[in-house]
Amino acid sequence: MSEIIKVGMADLKLCKKPNAITTLGLGSCVGIAIRDTNNGIGGLAHIMLPDSTQIRENKNKAKFADTGIQELVDQIIAAGGNRARLVAKIAGGAQMFAFSASGNDSVRVGERNVAAVEKKLKELRIPILAKDTGLNYGRTVVFYPETGDYIIRSVGKPEKVI
Amino acid sequence: MKDFQLDGSEQYFDILSEISNIGAGNATTALAQMMQKKVDMSVPKVNLVDFRDLGDTIGGEEQIMAGVYLLVEGDITGSMMFLLPAESAHILLAELMHTPKGEGLDFNEMELSALKEMGNIIVASYLNALSTLTQLSIYPSVPDVCIDMAGAILSVPAAQFGEVGDKILLIQNRFFDDMDMSGYFMLLPDVESYNKIFTALGL
Repeated sequence: MSEIIKVGMADLKLCKKPNAITTLGLGSCVGIAIRDTNNGIGGLAHIMLPDSTQIRENKNKAKFADTGIQELVDQIIAAGGNRARLVAKIAGGAQMFAFSASGNDSVRVGERNVAAVEKKLKELRIPILAKDTGLNYGRTVVFYPETGDYIIRSVGKPEKVI
Repeated sequence: MKDFQLDGSEQYFDILSEISNIGAGNATTALAQMMQKKVDMSVPKVNLVDFRDLGDTIGGEEQIMAGVYLLVEGDITGSMMFLLPAESAHILLAELMHTPKGEGLDFNEMELSALKEMGNIIVASYLNALSTLTQLSIYPSVPDVCIDMAGAILSVPAAQFGEVGDKILLIQNRFFDDMDMSGYFMLLPDVESYNKIFTALGL
């Protein structure tokens, strides 16, 4: 019997086949799903901010794109994942409020989160197989490390699998 | 003064509670005037909630809510948010505009506009309280509204609280008249502004 593991905001967890892993209501945050394509070992991180080095209050690694992805990859490898076989899918990073005229950085945090996630994955040489990011709506995601399916649900929109 | 940290800052917590009490009073009066009927409000609950528990605290990350968000300028900078369940928003709007109650995600332009105005009035009530206590000049920007999953809306203030800690400061208000509904309010000064608030209060 498989179960669905829940990841909270600024949180990350491991997941092995046949289980699934989910995080609910991603807004400007980004959900990074990583798995080993061979043995179904993977995990999901729900990051909230782009860069731990810009912020003094950085004890929680899962809060940031840079440290969160590193921690998730380390945990997947410790659990038996092979670094060379890791692949990623990402979702989230929406801009929930428009404020189009404003150059306010905190409003554009979604965009900055996505850029930071892409940068960190590139640095670790983990390919991004698919992404569903940006725009202006929330996303609930469910990831199956066995198949790599990343299901995305939004309010008033059809379900998507990437 | 040492660098401000939100976690474990009892002073900030106490100040916020006081501001919420005054702000809630102002907001109730404003709402009652807007709706032209008597509105009561319970004493606001101020809670410091861990990010991981945020969804459960407000009744689920996927609950559809309406969020009104605006930026704050003047002597201090930051942002503020007022959040209420979409169902409560529909009830309030129907009362206010004397129209049939809407359902779910379906808000027309007129309703969205009224919602922004309502958020604006409530947020301004709190800003007035803060401004009066601190003698600082604080101005709200034009509000913006978003109807979506609670978790997604809350990610915006959470990211801002994330810069100073791992918790979010939620002020919960309950309004009553014929109906009973809960709204949440968040005050998010930029990191540099916390010290200005403390200094203005002589702390």
